Amino acid sequence: MSKLMTMRDAVAHYVPDGASIAAGVALEPLIPFAFGHELIRQQKRELTLIGPISDMLFDQLIGAGCVSRIQAAWVGNVSEGLGHCYRRAIEKGVPRSLMVQEFSNHTIGLALLAASLGAPFIPTRSLLGSDIPRQNPHFLLSSSPLDGSPVLLVPALRPDVALISVQRSDEQGNAHLWGNLGISQEAMLAAQTVILVAEEIVAREVIASDPNRVIGPSYKVRAVVHEPWGAHPSAVQGYYNRDHAMFADYHQRTRTQEGYRAWLEEWVLSVPDRAAYVQKLGQERLASLRVREHRYAAQVDYGY
Amino acid sequence: MPATHYSPRELMVVCAAREIRDGENVFVGMRLPLLAFALAKRTHAPNCIGLFEAGIVRDTPSSELLYTMGDAPNITDALWTTGTVTLLGLMAAGDVQLGFIGGAEIDRYGNLNTSVIGNWRDRPRVRLPGSGGGADIASLAQRLAIIMPHERHRFRERVDFVTSPGYGYPDEHGPAGVSWRKRVGLPRGGPVALITTMAVFIFDPETGEALLQSYHPGTSIEQIQEQTDWPLRLAPSCRETKPPTEEELRLIRECDPHGVWTA
Repeated sequence: MSKLMTMRDAVAHYVPDGASIAAGVALEPLIPFAFGHELIRQQKRELTLIGPISDMLFDQLIGAGCVSRIQAAWVGNVSEGLGHCYRRAIEKGVPRSLMVQEFSNHTIGLALLAASLGAPFIPTRSLLGSDIPRQNPHFLLSSSPLDGSPVLLVPALRPDVALISVQRSDEQGNAHLWGNLGISQEAMLAAQTVILVAEEIVAREVIASDPNRVIGPSYKVRAVVHEPWGAHPSAVQGYYNRDHAMFADYHQRTRTQEGYRAWLEEWVLSVPDRAAYVQKLGQERLASLRVREHRYAAQVDYGY
Repeated sequence: MPATHYSPRELMVVCAAREIRDGENVFVGMRLPLLAFALAKRTHAPNCIGLFEAGIVRDTPSSELLYTMGDAPNITDALWTTGTVTLLGLMAAGDVQLGFIGGAEIDRYGNLNTSVIGNWRDRPRVRLPGSGGGADIASLAQRLAIIMPHERHRFRERVDFVTSPGYGYPDEHGPAGVSWRKRVGLPRGGPVALITTMAVFIFDPETGEALLQSYHPGTSIEQIQEQTDWPLRLAPSCRETKPPTEEELRLIRECDPHGVWTA
């Protein structure tokens, strides 16, 4: 059965107000900006955002008032620095205040990994001596039952929804992801509901020709959204490069709440969907971001 | 031959590269350390390996300047692309000899804050982005090198929030330093170098305190003290920082021809 759906329908059907959502889980590449912009247009509220570094995506959702809680390692703009909307929300309560539970990249990954394994927690020695476990009540400082040495227990974290961006998928959600994976697999396996966003929809045979490149089982996937340029301005290996200028422009323009509102109107609210956004980017900009030199992997033989 | 015209950040790249030993596994991070990795590879450490927490391992610098570690050129020709938990897990197991991080604030014991300035329990004065992988690298790498702009409001007696643990603080159970890290249960590590726009510090493992190791050409110990909120302690061998060579500068400028990170 085909799970193909528009982004508008996927968000309307599978993301209720109050949902906890893991997104941006591949770190800097493959950030689901098309999904984030649709959350804003549908005025989703009281969301919990779960992720590692969340380059610019979480800042946009916070500025639009969609978010009540952050469970992440980092919120900002990787090539530019601080996230202005995040700062306004925490420092001034604009447009609303937020609850923040601090993680690190390792511990947010371990929390999702624990959920994916059905384990109550995973112990680590990372963050011992850091103030993060004191700030975030999700963590438990304990001692090892083996030798009594200090350990940090990272309890399982099970998102309601995980947004997994991939290069290509079939209509059932069997999908190939390549390049660095970040915590994509942990998030996919931990979540109750998975929405896949694919640059390209391909035949099942294409995916089945290389099962080692599949990110997770398609039975977890509820919706497959075909969204070319869906991760712009972040990069998708083999499809397009990171649009650094867009990150710089956002950073400059969102220094004030008014500037952010104007940016939002221009790039999100007045744009009905990603196809219109891509058209707005224009052919010249798209051409400058496309892959300049293809680098195909050697074939592998699954024969017998 | 020592160069005479270079930017403070170019000198910082050279100082950072000097921390990398040949054959080491290095958690590289972004901006200046990335250039330091490229420089070390092409000079004294051709066999070092770069690990990136996004899930990338390489033994060659990328062919283009990176704005983020996940940029496409960093994946092309990688030795391995994998997941973040796997890579940070290798570091947790002790496989990473050296890690680089930066921070917004640091104190005399090398504790770093990248989370909140002001009262973190209430409404803080400045919300910073957070740990990312920084706290993990500070916890788990065998040696830590820190890179920061040197300004008095960043070099504090005590940071408002310890995101990434250095050598902790003296408490009723003992001094700061390696013994503090042992007390809280950290398996290894601690800062070995703090490279700033004005100076390089090393750390005394017994007391955990930063010691001024060298001052950059054009600065003085007095100027550094003015920009540091704790009374400086000098390393016995404290001297002027060795400037970059012309060859080192040429290699840095090859990697960052427009001065995106080094201007």
